[in-house]
Amino acid sequence: MAEPKTKYDRQLRIWGEQGQAALEKASICLLNCGPTGSETLKNLVLGGVGSITIVDGSKVEFGDLGNNFMVDDSSLGQSKAKCVCSFLQELNDAVKAKFIEEYPEALIDTNPSFFSQFTLVVATQLVEESMVKLDRICRQENVMLIFARSYGLTGLVRISVKEHTVIESKPDHFLDDLRLNNPWPELRGFTEAIDLNVQDPVAHKHIPYVVILVKMADEWKTSHGGTLPSTREQKREFKELLKARMAATDEDNYKEAIDASFKLFAPQGISNCAEVGSSSSDFWVMVAALKEFIANEGGGEVPLEGSIPDMTSSTEHYVNLQKIYQAKSEADYLVLEERVRNILKKIGRDPHSILKATIKSFSKNARKLKVCRYRSIEDEYNNPSPAELQKYLTDEDYSIAVGFYILLRAVDRYAANFNHFPGQFDGGLDEDISRLKTTAVSLLNDLGCSGLTLTEDLINEMCRFGAAELHAVAAVIGGIASQEVIKLITKQFVPMTGTFAFNAIDHKSRLLNLC
Amino acid sequence: MADAAPPSKSRDLDKLLLRPGNLVGPTFDPGVQLRDDLQEYVRVLVVGAGGLGCELLKDLALSGFKNLEVIDMDRIEVTNLNRQFLFRLEDVGKPKAEVAAKRVMERVSGVNIVPHFCRIEDKDIEFYNDFNIIALGLDSIEARSYINAVACSFLEYDSDDNPREETMKPMVDGGTEGFKGHARVIVPGVTPCFECTIWLFPPQVKFPLCTLAETPRNAAHCIEYAHLIKWDEVHSGQSFDPDNPDHMKWVYDEAVKRAELFGIPGVTYSLTQGVVKNIIPAIASTNAIISAACTLETLKIASGCSKTLSNYLTYNGVEGLHTKVTEFVKDKDCLVCGPGVLIELDTTVTLKKFIDMLEEDPKMLMTKASITYHGKNLYMQAPPVLEEMTRSNLELPLYDLMDKIPKDVLHATGTINKDDKKSSGLRKLRVVFRGIDGVTDMDMAGGA
Repeated sequence: MAEPKTKYDRQLRIWGEQGQAALEKASICLLNCGPTGSETLKNLVLGGVGSITIVDGSKVEFGDLGNNFMVDDSSLGQSKAKCVCSFLQELNDAVKAKFIEEYPEALIDTNPSFFSQFTLVVATQLVEESMVKLDRICRQENVMLIFARSYGLTGLVRISVKEHTVIESKPDHFLDDLRLNNPWPELRGFTEAIDLNVQDPVAHKHIPYVVILVKMADEWKTSHGGTLPSTREQKREFKELLKARMAATDEDNYKEAIDASFKLFAPQGISNCAEVGSSSSDFWVMVAALKEFIANEGGGEVPLEGSIPDMTSSTEHYVNLQKIYQAKSEADYLVLEERVRNILKKIGRDPHSILKATIKSFSKNARKLKVCRYRSIEDEYNNPSPAELQKYLTDEDYSIAVGFYILLRAVDRYAANFNHFPGQFDGGLDEDISRLKTTAVSLLNDLGCSGLTLTEDLINEMCRFGAAELHAVAAVIGGIASQEVIKLITKQFVPMTGTFAFNAIDHKSRLLNLC
Repeated sequence: MADAAPPSKSRDLDKLLLRPGNLVGPTFDPGVQLRDDLQEYVRVLVVGAGGLGCELLKDLALSGFKNLEVIDMDRIEVTNLNRQFLFRLEDVGKPKAEVAAKRVMERVSGVNIVPHFCRIEDKDIEFYNDFNIIALGLDSIEARSYINAVACSFLEYDSDDNPREETMKPMVDGGTEGFKGHARVIVPGVTPCFECTIWLFPPQVKFPLCTLAETPRNAAHCIEYAHLIKWDEVHSGQSFDPDNPDHMKWVYDEAVKRAELFGIPGVTYSLTQGVVKNIIPAIASTNAIISAACTLETLKIASGCSKTLSNYLTYNGVEGLHTKVTEFVKDKDCLVCGPGVLIELDTTVTLKKFIDMLEEDPKMLMTKASITYHGKNLYMQAPPVLEEMTRSNLELPLYDLMDKIPKDVLHATGTINKDDKKSSGLRKLRVVFRGIDGVTDMDMAGGA
């Protein structure tokens, strides 16, 4: 086997060849390569992203040797971007690594079009003013953006993308799509050919539970005016009925049927149909087609996913059952594809501009589609949600994390006023504490939370941190940022929505729903 | 914004270690002394030099620790390179512990890391007592269980059955799978130990043999048939080696044949490896997050510079981002971190008879036991030299070997046979001799 494929084996098992190909096509820009930025990129370089470009104007100082693994004693006085870039290149020669010796703030101000060349920008250790400017640029250029910041024993991670759509959300737990209460003709035909009262004990204990449940549901319906069990009492009764049909106590298929009977009681149809937008991105074209499908051929259902869980069964029954589900799934997909092509034609696009494979994946994942939207940073800061903030602040378990979120903004205000962060230097700590307190009070006021205060303890801690970038905190923040980058680029799994406020004190961190 | 302070390598860490704080541990005593003591006196052992171990070594080296050791029995493989960032392609085949130690020392000057290329069971128990904190970067339940038992064996209880603080050996433990992971703090005697909450790690589900032999339904069934049934039928006596590519190819080919026979889709070489080797998918980012959380806790335990995690953190990045802290409680009857298994003996019982009893005792079920008493080997099953040296003790009464002390603690290491599964284990035993004045009090049997 070729080396690259073997090297990536453990991650290919998570995001597959397609996810890997997306990573290898991506170009990532990193702003500031302190430990937070360096650790973020380390995880992405190991995973094999296409290219990285590091932007940092600073030189390696003595203090950097104590918190950044990507520089060493020989780097002192040299460009930090250059040193970090050369070490990262050592980790994976398949990645194209570049660096630009310039301060990100300057680049944001003087050369905004620079950012349009990237798939995604990772902005670390930026203060509020630069975050707002960069966010505006990236939204304009349609470049994905993620902010990561480490500050003492706290930090934050925040994604900023107008809209992110996911077909393959790959949830851990998801109810199988078996259509037990609404079998289509082929499934019904299959179950009818099987006799639940078969005398042969081996055959009896190898009837798949799908068949048992479909047939028993029919039996129930005939004696209950065509309705399925709905009350708790009826459900219990239905399970008793299943139990009574067991020919022996060791029949696993009947035990599975009893355990899976809730799949029969689950409400028919889909719970959260994705909304349709006017935008004509591939995803939304397919959503429009899906909506038509549900209203027409689907009879209220989305296209069938087509996979079935393992269950006690003879090989023959199981393989045949699998084929019936797959055939229905394929037929549904073909109908959906037809509808997609028609819509494309109607809106004046090439009817074949969406790949078959994409439509197929969309069809199979129709119940798992996800849309994530993020407010602009400017909007989050200018139009705060006082009710949400108040709710979080009074939640004892998470008040530290939320307090840190507010203080992270307070220290930026502080720095804009006093030209240094509170506690950044060893002298005058007491004065810094009282100034930060005043700043926090006025910020809370601006956020519409004037009645609330932050604890002295927390404000003291924030000053104690003195804008320190601790390696272990940076590794957590960088680790989270890189994990979110992977989800955004592969378009698999679901990225976080909200602002992640990290609390390294007791690890009661919080995802704040403010964006 | 020029920094007025003289340049220090621990510029950032100093803020945490030199300044007083309010949300800190009870023992926190900030100052230069604390920073220097951390560097000079605190010794941390990293168990495992894989995905978590590599990160732990880097993180600890950059968090003020200078005396580190690492133990790992494995050699570097190509599939490690997507996350074990201390290794390069040209390192494949070399011992992980040695390469990891060397790479971190090259980049972080002043740090000393001693590698141990061996199994964790190969070290004397006393080896582990030499460390202030043990950081676990492991991927197996058995290995965690073993180190946990070792660390708990150092724990002593006073006469009121309260754990003695100076004998507590704290551990931090991390684990990951794909986008998910956990980090926890174990302080024996205070928090639950690994064994108290063993139910958090349910045993792997195995397919029933009759399904494999008679009613296969999916690709994994076909693969396991080739691996567990067909292999032995064809290769009588030759055991299957998952690291031998020829063996793996054979299993794959047989699985394909079986799948064709039954009309089952989906057997691939990659899936064959995954099923046979029970491969857990792993990525760099999750390992980084979990290891760094473990390092933060190590730093807090050693310095008191902040409150600690109490006591179990889970991380899940599959759908959005979920973190949760759970405070699990100790099992007061835990055989591993509790005061020890109480065994009552007559003074005439020989060491040999005692070792035989451990096989039968329902709480022990330990075979091939080696016995130590306050660090002294009473009987060792291996190596042969030690076995020969200690063999003569077997026929002596245990009471005599324990210096005729009526009530004391012994350690037994051996194979524990639980639920048809064998694993290396260590148990602490409280031995009480019957018929000796003052200790015939039968009430204490309740504590076992």
